[in-house]
Amino acid sequence: MAKILIPTPLRHFVNGQDAVEIAGGTVGECLEKLTTDFGDLRKNLFNDEGKLRSFVNVYLNDEDIRYLDKTATAACDRDTISIVPSIAGGR
Amino acid sequence: MATTAVPVALSNEEVLRYSRHLILPEVGMDGQLKLKAARVLCIGAGGLGAPLGMYLAAAGVGAIGMVDFDVVDRTNLQRQIIHGTKDIGRKKLDSAAETMLDINPNVNIERHEVALSSENALQIMKDYDVVVDGTDNFPTRYLVNDACVLLGIPNVYGSIYRFEGQASVFATKDGPCYRCLYPEPPPPGLVPSCAEGGVLGILPGMIGIVQATETVKLILGRGETLIGRLMLYDAMNMKVREMKLRKSPECPICGPNRTIHELIDYHQFCGVPKQPAQPEPVAAGGEIDAVGLKELLDRNHNFVLIDVREPHEYQICRIPNAKLIPLGDLPRRVRELDPAAEYVIHCRSGVRSAKACTVLRDAGFRSVRNMAGGILAWSDKVDPSVPKY
Repeated sequence: MAKILIPTPLRHFVNGQDAVEIAGGTVGECLEKLTTDFGDLRKNLFNDEGKLRSFVNVYLNDEDIRYLDKTATAACDRDTISIVPSIAGGR
Repeated sequence: MATTAVPVALSNEEVLRYSRHLILPEVGMDGQLKLKAARVLCIGAGGLGAPLGMYLAAAGVGAIGMVDFDVVDRTNLQRQIIHGTKDIGRKKLDSAAETMLDINPNVNIERHEVALSSENALQIMKDYDVVVDGTDNFPTRYLVNDACVLLGIPNVYGSIYRFEGQASVFATKDGPCYRCLYPEPPPPGLVPSCAEGGVLGILPGMIGIVQATETVKLILGRGETLIGRLMLYDAMNMKVREMKLRKSPECPICGPNRTIHELIDYHQFCGVPKQPAQPEPVAAGGEIDAVGLKELLDRNHNFVLIDVREPHEYQICRIPNAKLIPLGDLPRRVRELDPAAEYVIHCRSGVRSAKACTVLRDAGFRSVRNMAGGILAWSDKVDPSVPKY
């Protein structure tokens, strides 16, 4: 089971949880499962073509999956998948 | 970046003031003179700008520019500790400068009372050694980043939302920039601002101080900065994590095949209109003001008043007889409502209720009116005992 860390702006789509444990062989499969379990999250992570949106960064542990195998990156037990959305607050 | 120390000296007062720096081998006299010679620009004198301005002044950064055009209001004081209750209504620049000069009269505060724009950004930023981004919106963040890349000035980044913060150092010679991390902004409305989503008052203190620390390290040319690393701070769980950042080979402004060579229209890029959006045209009878709503209530007119705010907002204040259905719940709770009845919808300021009106009209409701100005207008025009937030 990989652990997906949910950032604050997206927590209300997953019943307020800050992390969700998901079984899946790749990062893409885990995210697919996550957005199937929590349907409202889907449009925030994926575009209409099913591609990850460009303002959503996904990390496997501390590495950006864009520099690994993207959504095909293997995710093992004890791996942490982080969704890091852009935030702009400062005032 | 390592600012070349110009041959200035410290006065005896400064030697005493900075003595805890001067006896640190990593700062010492050389470092303190570098700080004195340095020029740092803070974009924003708000949540992040407050601790930044105060600590940079205390540290003895010789010239501190501040860009802001706002005035202090009461809702700022929960976090913007550079301003006090006595400053409500004053220009933030004046209030901030007064605090900073009180902390350290040896520094020069350079006030830029403008909204940073594609037209003025390069001119304002070009004379500084480090730029610190403490803004609160996506268009300005992309503008600051792009201007820093074009000018070759490091961009000390910090951003906050509710209980979470991010910090990094962008746009150094070989390091990644903000666009390497986020090539494009989210569509407008997807990520609420602090004004809409709330923010823990201490959070900008934490992130602003990280930015101040990175700024001082860049000036000293010491230590390991956040170049190539994104720091993520979660105040609720008190966790700090870091992610690796890389210079993107496809970055449109700092990559080898860059497509952006000058500043662009950032409002258009972020899909945000420059002027506040015109209210959506409403059908005749589509809107009602606070006084009109009061009249309906007073004459016991038969209608349903719906409050589409969140439960925690409903606890702060409410209009009598309003039924609470948060906007996010409305689509699945529409079936609780009679489409033939008459409705008035309200929220805090009138924006969410306008969206709710659309939801109901799309569901076939015939008589739906938006209460203009929300409960804020109710407080202003009908019942001043209702607190504003």
